[in-house]
Amino acid sequence: MSSRLRIGVALDGAGWHPAAWREPSSRPAELFSPDYWVDLVRIAEEGLLDFATIEDSLALQSSERSGPDDRTDEVRGRLDALLIAARVSPATSHIGLIPTVTTTHTEPFHVSKAVATLDYTSEGRAGWQVKVSGRADEAAHFGRREHPGTEVSWGDPAFDVLVAELFDEAADAVEVVRRLWDSWEDDAEIRDVATDRFLDADKVHEIDFEGRWFSVRGPSITPRPPQGQPVVAALAHAEVPYRLAARAADVVFVTPTDAAHARAILDDVGAAATAVSREGSPLQVFADIVVFLDERDGESAADRLRRLDAVGRPLTSDARIFTGSASELADVIAEFGALGYDGVRLRPGVLTDDLPRIAGDLGAELRARGLFHDAYEADTLRGLLGLPENIPSRYAAV
Amino acid sequence: MTTRSRKQIILAAYVGGVNEHTLWEHPDAGSQIDFSTFRHVAQTAERGRFDYFFLAEGLALRARAGRIFEHDIAGRPDTLPVLAALAAVTSHIGLVGTLNATFNEPYELARQIASLDHLSGGRAGWNVVTSFDAFTGANFRRGGFLPHSERYVRAEETVATIRRLWDSWAEDAIVADKASGEFLADADAGAFVQTSSQFDIAGRFTVPRSPQGRPVIVQAGVSPQGRDFAASTADAIFSPYATLAEGKAFYADIKERAARFGRGPEEIKILPAAGFVLGDSQTDAEEKARHIREQQLTDKTIQVTFEQVWNRDLSAYDPDGPLPDIDPDPEAAPIIQGRAFVFQDRFETVRKWRELADERGLTLRGLAHEVSGKAAYVGTAAQIADQLDAFVQEDGGDGVVIGSHIVPAGLDEFVDQVVPLLQERGSLRTDYESTTLRDNLGLPVPARDAELAGIEAVR
Repeated sequence: MSSRLRIGVALDGAGWHPAAWREPSSRPAELFSPDYWVDLVRIAEEGLLDFATIEDSLALQSSERSGPDDRTDEVRGRLDALLIAARVSPATSHIGLIPTVTTTHTEPFHVSKAVATLDYTSEGRAGWQVKVSGRADEAAHFGRREHPGTEVSWGDPAFDVLVAELFDEAADAVEVVRRLWDSWEDDAEIRDVATDRFLDADKVHEIDFEGRWFSVRGPSITPRPPQGQPVVAALAHAEVPYRLAARAADVVFVTPTDAAHARAILDDVGAAATAVSREGSPLQVFADIVVFLDERDGESAADRLRRLDAVGRPLTSDARIFTGSASELADVIAEFGALGYDGVRLRPGVLTDDLPRIAGDLGAELRARGLFHDAYEADTLRGLLGLPENIPSRYAAV
Repeated sequence: MTTRSRKQIILAAYVGGVNEHTLWEHPDAGSQIDFSTFRHVAQTAERGRFDYFFLAEGLALRARAGRIFEHDIAGRPDTLPVLAALAAVTSHIGLVGTLNATFNEPYELARQIASLDHLSGGRAGWNVVTSFDAFTGANFRRGGFLPHSERYVRAEETVATIRRLWDSWAEDAIVADKASGEFLADADAGAFVQTSSQFDIAGRFTVPRSPQGRPVIVQAGVSPQGRDFAASTADAIFSPYATLAEGKAFYADIKERAARFGRGPEEIKILPAAGFVLGDSQTDAEEKARHIREQQLTDKTIQVTFEQVWNRDLSAYDPDGPLPDIDPDPEAAPIIQGRAFVFQDRFETVRKWRELADERGLTLRGLAHEVSGKAAYVGTAAQIADQLDAFVQEDGGDGVVIGSHIVPAGLDEFVDQVVPLLQERGSLRTDYESTTLRDNLGLPVPARDAELAGIEAVR
């Protein structure tokens, strides 16, 4: 079923609604326990979802863009997403695992070996959602970089310059990570007893990256991961991040509000790919949707959202907020598919309620329409996404 | 409740690799990188009621004269994701990893280790190391190298900063009361300020207090500075002294230093690395050990062992011939890069080796057999159990970090044969006392430093 749509789910805390943790099904005291995360990803895997992304950042959650908000009525605190994915990996077998890793303050060498290792522990199911940090409070956690401060923000020319530079730096970081993944050819480990050589040094390469922000020599300490190139994803809302995605990613998550917007985004992403002369596989485009699904014989999703909005801070979102039945959501998803989207990434409003409905009701609905698979057809995330597998190292002699 | 008259032996297991000790040529040798290898060793160690599984780290492939060194095992996974994944397939054993304090920032290290502690239910530990060489630095944007004098300063300040971050959330910070809508008890959860010579950081930490509060800190270090650093701050020391005489001297020194920092002897555990070779008889074990040594010390390995000290190309010298008659060249660019240099003084080391070789008529190969690390425990299971127990009961150490020359299955015979004997004599637990590493090691639980000086003033 090569034309099927791909469905991913985005995991964050108790769900994407600020009051999600207060729902009867929620497990707010367990947000930092491994079982909670294993249970969620297993539900997604039972529903044959293609991947789960795990959100992260290098600052405490906040309703403010520039710093902490001092709220005590919402989920605050989170674990390292890559380590959650690694913890979940041996407890699952097919679903792709895509943790968020912020590149602004971390070393590309560390990111490279961490994602490569997730690919080993998951046996080929690793991805990485690249994230840039433009926040002053995150910079202050590291104390190493100049930052224009908390007074300036999006739209301010000084901040826009910073943002453009951060995305360029992130593109360099991804380039370094990808080169490091390729720095060992697949057959570099030879274990040749006759010549007493474990390794063929001619198949292990320095990457010698020299950029504006950093230089990295390589090779990686970690041999080439099972997928060769684990999947790189990025969330993008505008031209600068579209260009990052077109330069560096396999998958882009975008946030269309309606069909017209969805068409426009596809054009913009296509233009970005042309502008950066993208080569290789086309950038896969996934629409992000925040999802509240109707309870069978129970509360409607719209009522539920209204109820949750009244509890504390109403939900606001960069992505479209959907409320309705699984069948209505399948209509929306089918429409994205018809426009040329590769799939959707669904952000459950309340993880413990909406994820099981996505995995159950929605999956069944899409399957009935011939839009979704009824069994995992590949063992790797690249395979599930229909990306080329067995891609050779760029350093391999032709 | 039973009272124990015997000291309990602390056991840790490591996966051998990136050294000449691990035999990749052996028919039983498996993958050094697949997760199944790490799972096997960790589960075997847990079956043997070991305290922790230990994973080393590498940040640059070793090179000789500018070329990647081909003759030993190369390549490792990243420490933290392996340990997090192992938390899924084990339930009691501690998970300790080496993480470099030079090429990581405290905020990210603190949140990664605390995350591992949450994800393992309180089994995380951190072996603190520092790097100083520009060779490794070339893989990082920090680049360059750290002057030797600043290594411990940065390491000490990193550990202090990370402890501050771990202490930044109160134990009861998360209320998660659905009815009242109170998720946090306090809007200040995770607030921190840290100013020191290396770090000037402030903000909010993202990880709530973890099951151990402070994950276990392990250090290595034999210089006086390193010993003081470890004695003042570490929960355990990874030591190089596996013989009883050397071990006793180091043990007494560290526990005495710890006392000077106001710490009791039980607050710091000393664990040397130790290999083993098991045989059906003493003769059989010694024969096996000799055979293993021959496989470990190939011509290339011998050459590199000596090149590391001479810092010269010694490829023209016959391994079955005499020692080079030239002096070391400490001024030249390092010929061997990416591995720890363990000899303090090149000239003194060469002088001693020449004496030893003259006295015993040794070739380079013969000398290599004498001076490079040998398995500490060679014998029958009963003999090894006796020696290991004596080492601990006589205060040569509090236990050992055991590795096998065969990966991944080499530890099996130790667990199957030696462990039951240690258990019979009451020197090793037959079941875990606790699910946290700190408890299993018998370490006191440190109180949270709630003062967090400066926080109130800043906010």
